[in-house]
Amino acid sequence: MDEAIGVTTQSDSENTCPNAFIEVANVAKTFGKVRALAGVNLEVEPGIVFALLGPNGSGKTTLVKVLTTLLRPDTGTAKVGGFDVIGQAREVRNVIGLAGQYPAVDENLTGRENLEMIGRLYHLGRGRARDRAAELLDSFDLSDAANRRARTYSGGMRRRLDLAAALVASPPILFLDEPTTGLDPRSRLNLWEIIKDQAKQCNSVFLTTQYLEEADRLADYIAIIDNGAIIQKGTSQELKDCCGGETHVKMRLADRTQMQKAFEALGAIAPENMYQNPEMGEISFPAPDGTAVLSAVVRSLDAVGVELAELSLKEPTLDDVFLAITGHVAEEGPDTKTDMKSGSG
Amino acid sequence: MLKSLLETISDIGVMSQRDIRRYFRLPQLLITNVILNVVLLLLFNYVFGGAIQTGGVDYIQYFLPGFLVQSVVFGSTQTSVGISEDLSKGLIDRFRSLPMARAAFLSGRVVADTLRYLILVILMIAVGYAAGFRFQGGFFPAFAGVWLIILFGIALTWVGVFIGISVKDVETAQVAGFVWVFPLVFASSLYVPIETMPSWLQAFANINPVTPMVDTIRALSWGTSISSSLWKILVWDLGIILVCLPLALRRYRLLAQ
Ligand SMILES: Nc1ncnc2c1ncn2[C@@H]1O[C@H](COP(=O)(O)OP(=O)(O)O)[C@@H](O)[C@H]1O
Ligand SMILES: [Mg+2]
Repeated sequence: MDEAIGVTTQSDSENTCPNAFIEVANVAKTFGKVRALAGVNLEVEPGIVFALLGPNGSGKTTLVKVLTTLLRPDTGTAKVGGFDVIGQAREVRNVIGLAGQYPAVDENLTGRENLEMIGRLYHLGRGRARDRAAELLDSFDLSDAANRRARTYSGGMRRRLDLAAALVASPPILFLDEPTTGLDPRSRLNLWEIIKDQAKQCNSVFLTTQYLEEADRLADYIAIIDNGAIIQKGTSQELKDCCGGETHVKMRLADRTQMQKAFEALGAIAPENMYQNPEMGEISFPAPDGTAVLSAVVRSLDAVGVELAELSLKEPTLDDVFLAITGHVAEEGPDTKTDMKSGSG
Repeated sequence: MLKSLLETISDIGVMSQRDIRRYFRLPQLLITNVILNVVLLLLFNYVFGGAIQTGGVDYIQYFLPGFLVQSVVFGSTQTSVGISEDLSKGLIDRFRSLPMARAAFLSGRVVADTLRYLILVILMIAVGYAAGFRFQGGFFPAFAGVWLIILFGIALTWVGVFIGISVKDVETAQVAGFVWVFPLVFASSLYVPIETMPSWLQAFANINPVTPMVDTIRALSWGTSISSSLWKILVWDLGIILVCLPLALRRYRLLAQ
């Protein structure tokens, strides 16, 4: 069930960052009676943005915690950057940066002090930690608030400070647990840029999200998790191809009384399962060849004198994929859980 | 090897700096602690001072050593709350994902608290001097006395660390960190001579570590002989640390369960 169904991994990508990969084998974790992870298998290539996509409670945070050495799996093994998360936790911590689901900043310290502290705990040295803090405050738009206590920061500012903290050591592998939840649209776009930039620098980004659009826009490789198991994985395109339905061509007639005429004319180029909505004057049908069909549509309708008001190709979305695989929709409200004390299970 | 030792020391330093900043930025944690103790000391001295028979000894001379010990005992209750806050706010996950020494999170807090006790004790002594208290045994016994109190504080802080990392939330930490200190403070030789207590309470007061602690400080500040109380308190300090430190580290490791 958790193995990929007919989807290949990106094994042909260049191996320029040999240690920045993640391997997960049969990882399971149970809290009391709750099976948070039910045997997860996963491989993430170096230098890519990987998205773990799943609804609330599907086990995303638990997997991130296992991979960042915060939680010990009941069974299975996981390697991050070539190091075992249980046996070589310290080595793993040296190569990762983590921004958890909830911002973890020290409210009594200023933004600058927070970042300097993290830098020193990564053993960057005092001077380097200071420079790096200034650099990050600048790129996260926090310079003006740098010397204010984090207590006074807005939610968005805390989030940004938290993300900056994850980047302090320029880690080759970055874990971001729902990084854009609760961000305003502008900050979200900014963050997307930062994430893409990480991958360009050959760093791996492992992010979780409930947002299909985000996975689609950002990720080179996506795994869908539901009830603690990976139920599908592949590139965004592969997922759409395998289980998201096909591309549709969709048109609206200028004069909807010409419906029948158009329908007959299209019969030659369209498959059996044409769909029509006479009231709106709309016709659509699957078009796996994509754009090639558009000119054919125009030509056939022109020949019989039918005028078009609108003509477009509708790509399948990850929403379709998710719905098709899980039978339910993915995007729910943000997690409202407040008790974050780890290890309470 | 040397590198990792230096890194560990640096990590503990960074973590304690964070906690020290916290004490200076949250006034209630240091200032009110100081004010409470000073007010208590002055109240006792001027309100009860005339009424309580202390066998010819000046009242402040009798009470200040106990108040020094008491300020540290009460001060140690803040440790568990601080630890518990870091846990409930998720900060602990950030720290645990960093390549710092495993013991740094807990030890940093202990170092910061040690400094807090030192400030507290020195301030109390200054106020005591203003109210007429004198170390009659001279400098070295006084110096030793201060460090014995600090050492006791360190031992109690490890109790607080263990409680803080074991309880589920901040409120529990607040209560759990506090309840156990009252019997320690009051059922001891700190406020009244043990001989005036009922015999069952005497039994408790005699094994209570606060009793030898206070007796030792009194002896050191009066310049009298220390008797067995010194080694008793040293055994207590060592015993508490040997039990609570590994327990606390174990709880820290168990956070990954
Ligand atoms: N410490 C814990 N104790 C008990 N149950 C937990 C704990 N952490 C997570 N769970 C449960 O495990 C499941 C997966 O949780 P989580 O990994 O946080 O999902 P997600 O991050 O995808 O929302 C949920 O049912 C959640 O309630
Ligand atoms: Mg989560």
